[in-house]
Amino acid sequence: MTAEATNKTPTPTEWVARWHLDLPLLIGLAVCITLGLFVLYSASNRSMDVVTDQGLRIALGLVCMVVVAQIPPEWFRTLTPPSYLLGLVLLVLVLFVGDAAMGARRWIDLGPVQFQPSEIMKIAMPLAVAAWFNDRPIPPKLPDIFAIAIIIMIPVALVANQPDLGTAVLIVGSGVAVLYLAGLRWRTIGILFLIVLAAAPLIWFNMHEYQQQRVLTFFNPSRDPTGAGYHIIQSKIAIGSGGLFGKGWLNGTQSHLNFLPASDTDFIFAVLAEEAGFLGVLGLLALYVFLVARGLYISIKSQDTFQRLVSGSLSLTFFIYVFINIGMVAGLLPVVGVPLPLISYGGTSMVVMLIAFGILMSIHTHKKLLAT
Amino acid sequence: MADEKAFKNHPAERRIFLSRIIVVVLAMFVMLGILVTRMGWLQIAKHDYFTTRSKDNRMRVEVVQPVRGLIYDRNGTILAQNLPAYRLVVIPEQVENMDKALDRLSQYVEIRKKDREHLRRRLAHTPSFRAVPMRLNLSKREVARFEVNRYRFPGMEIRAGLSRYYPLGRFTGHVVGYVGGITGPELLMLNDQRYRGATRIGKTGIELYYESLLRGYPGSRIVEANAVGRTVRTLEYHPPRSGKNLYLTISARLQKVAFQALGKHSGAVVALNPESGDVLAMVSKPSYNTNLFVGGISSKAYNRLLNNPRNPLYHRAIQGQYPPGSVVKPVMALAALESGVIEPEKQVWCPGYVTLEGSDHHYRGWARWGQGWVDMREAIYRSTDVYFYKMAMKMGIDTIHKFGSMFGLGQKTGIDLPSENSGIMPSRGWKHAHHGTRWFPGETLITVIGQGYMTATPLQLAQMTSLIAQRGKGYQPHLLRAVRNPKSGQLRTIKPDPIKPINLDNPKHWDVVIDGMRAVVNNARGTAHDYIGKNLQYTLAGKSGTAQVTELKQGVIAPDIEDMPYGQRPHALFIAFAPIEDPKIAVAVIVEHGGGGSSVASPVARKVIDAYLLGDKPVRQAKADVSS
Repeated sequence: MTAEATNKTPTPTEWVARWHLDLPLLIGLAVCITLGLFVLYSASNRSMDVVTDQGLRIALGLVCMVVVAQIPPEWFRTLTPPSYLLGLVLLVLVLFVGDAAMGARRWIDLGPVQFQPSEIMKIAMPLAVAAWFNDRPIPPKLPDIFAIAIIIMIPVALVANQPDLGTAVLIVGSGVAVLYLAGLRWRTIGILFLIVLAAAPLIWFNMHEYQQQRVLTFFNPSRDPTGAGYHIIQSKIAIGSGGLFGKGWLNGTQSHLNFLPASDTDFIFAVLAEEAGFLGVLGLLALYVFLVARGLYISIKSQDTFQRLVSGSLSLTFFIYVFINIGMVAGLLPVVGVPLPLISYGGTSMVVMLIAFGILMSIHTHKKLLAT
Repeated sequence: MADEKAFKNHPAERRIFLSRIIVVVLAMFVMLGILVTRMGWLQIAKHDYFTTRSKDNRMRVEVVQPVRGLIYDRNGTILAQNLPAYRLVVIPEQVENMDKALDRLSQYVEIRKKDREHLRRRLAHTPSFRAVPMRLNLSKREVARFEVNRYRFPGMEIRAGLSRYYPLGRFTGHVVGYVGGITGPELLMLNDQRYRGATRIGKTGIELYYESLLRGYPGSRIVEANAVGRTVRTLEYHPPRSGKNLYLTISARLQKVAFQALGKHSGAVVALNPESGDVLAMVSKPSYNTNLFVGGISSKAYNRLLNNPRNPLYHRAIQGQYPPGSVVKPVMALAALESGVIEPEKQVWCPGYVTLEGSDHHYRGWARWGQGWVDMREAIYRSTDVYFYKMAMKMGIDTIHKFGSMFGLGQKTGIDLPSENSGIMPSRGWKHAHHGTRWFPGETLITVIGQGYMTATPLQLAQMTSLIAQRGKGYQPHLLRAVRNPKSGQLRTIKPDPIKPINLDNPKHWDVVIDGMRAVVNNARGTAHDYIGKNLQYTLAGKSGTAQVTELKQGVIAPDIEDMPYGQRPHALFIAFAPIEDPKIAVAVIVEHGGGGSSVASPVARKVIDAYLLGDKPVRQAKADVSS
């Protein structure tokens, strides 16, 4: 900025730029979050408490986002190792002092605020893996792969032990996404895939019974039509009955969703589909695609490998979360307990996602004159 | 490390990244396409399917109970079947005021207080959209009355189901067992998925032991119901998987024969096939009508059974632990031969009693004035207690324990029934553990004749007999012969499971003992000769036992059995196998407080063996032909 101030008040665009925010992302996020609040209101049975709660979290998230957007990307590189370690410490901590909810130890209760360390890992991981390649050439070579495998596996083991298989898989995915974008050879990818396939029986036998049930019920929901399969059946009924235009806001049939215990969290998409119909679904998908496209654009325009990897993988993994949640709700994927980004009720996910977008904004708005 | 940064070719790295991004974008298009297509399929193509016809229409997911597997005897005679029955279920979320509705309902259908309580308890841990059974086994009249007034009871409906029935009731009651209502604690322990909406579970016998084979897997049905709750149409149906049908090794015909052969006595009969371990018959008397339990037995009837002094609920064949008396003498004889304390032909003097060193307590035989000089065979067929006392003094309890254990005494047989008892084969260690004192020599004497601390179940005695008959070769006793999958028709026969054979140092010793047992029946002085030795159409070997229940004081002459009070009369036992050269059946009989083993128990064994070896094969072979 020039040393001399002019008399003009800054235009919105200039103001946004001064604060290192990205206007398209900002608009997309605002629309998405607002839509989410409306859906949440309906899904929570018209509970203003829930909406206010979520609103506070959104506010917190937005503040974090803005703060993060101020940080130059180089600082991320330096901040990543401590963040990663902090994440590990928190994951270990949660095993000891965590609140057990629904049979899992995932949360840490700090009085008014509860948060899930595993959610933090969702962005700490791509950062960590991308940071690895900051000074090392890509494409990744075998030593790189081994090192990264360790970086990924430690927190994943802790998360899977909570037990939270869904998030563990996603964390692995986010790490692998970075590897992929860094140019991991297709052949190596193939080999890794085969290894995973071979290890599948081992993983199966180490899964908890309910996790196995979930997978089996997914392949055949009628196996347990009055239990876990029931949720999927009810979800499909809700979605299908929405039709083209939906039943209208607040008109979803509550008797269906009264028995979806996660109707305001994991299954909230079904509420949207029922009330806004196919058109509403297309609209939300378009919104998400817009956010992801902008993220990818930012990654293409990034100036060094670390920034490219970070922004690319964050966008990619954001899309994956959307895909998995919607796929699960529609009965395409097993029930894995993954929230719908930016919409599901739940603090940690919202804050973490917004921080991720803050990182994207930081990367995009801290351009040096000389690109490397 | 910090000084040497690895060389990074930035333009190249950017190209790598871009190429990857392109693939990513393509993949995202594909995934989006999948999602959009799926949504379109759900929301547009199948919209009507998922939409309800009128505002009041609702979807319900119902559990379809699987058909419980049937139980047959070895020839296809049905022992446990399913008959149609009607029950009344209620879906709580559709009922506005449960108590009022129940009051109204009781005008048409009998609702007992315990039905209401049972319902209340079940409602406490069932979600309100699930149907809960309220009354079972409605009479046809109640069904008609309800259906006519059905409109007044939204949320309630009649469901047709199946009720378990045991056509042979008492005869096979203990073996087959019965099903009864699932209790709260049981429900908590079960795999919830398989038992959704289930009301019955095996409680005793085969019904309990093979519950997981008999149960099957529930199916489901998505139905559309109107405002009154009546099912309008079925949208989706996933059939349940029926339980497997079981073919048992027992023969219903033989069961009846054995049951009736016991007459008015209490007792048990177990018949095994020594070549396979098949249980041919297993009877416990008195028995009871297992059908009483299926619908929920009234407490009056249940108390009557519980308080019956003859304990009809007790499964004597596997739970009754009796002093076996002289029937263990063949095993004791083998022990004496194998441990070298005697030769078969050596004569031993029996004056009617023995004394131990340092005491003048007389250990008496049953023959008051003694039996003279007897060799081993004679000691067996005349059941000479003194001969065995003298052997016991030479062998010691450790040898006796070892041999008894080899023949299965003191251990469970592992039969496929719940609650088997193991009996007691005493030893020094056992006595120390249970009574805290050392073993006394006199106790060895009474143990060798099957009294004292020793107890055995009729099943154990049958297995022991089977092992003698086959000269040490044996099989795991079992009740399950074959399993049929009703859907595929596939039949899986259970193979006999050999157990570790008993190898004697001198196999000729088997002959000695078996000869003795043959003479029990054939020899004019054999204890059983007068009762079952005539008109035999096959070769038969056996051993009688008269197990004292009370101690006779020194010098007192044993009173006549009829003069003793019932509870003090000795038990009558008999073991037998036939034909001797190729044994096909081994039997153990106990008649509680029956008196003389030969007089009372041996005719029972004879009847059973006659029926098995000589009786007609049943004319009726059920469609499921299991004979191999």
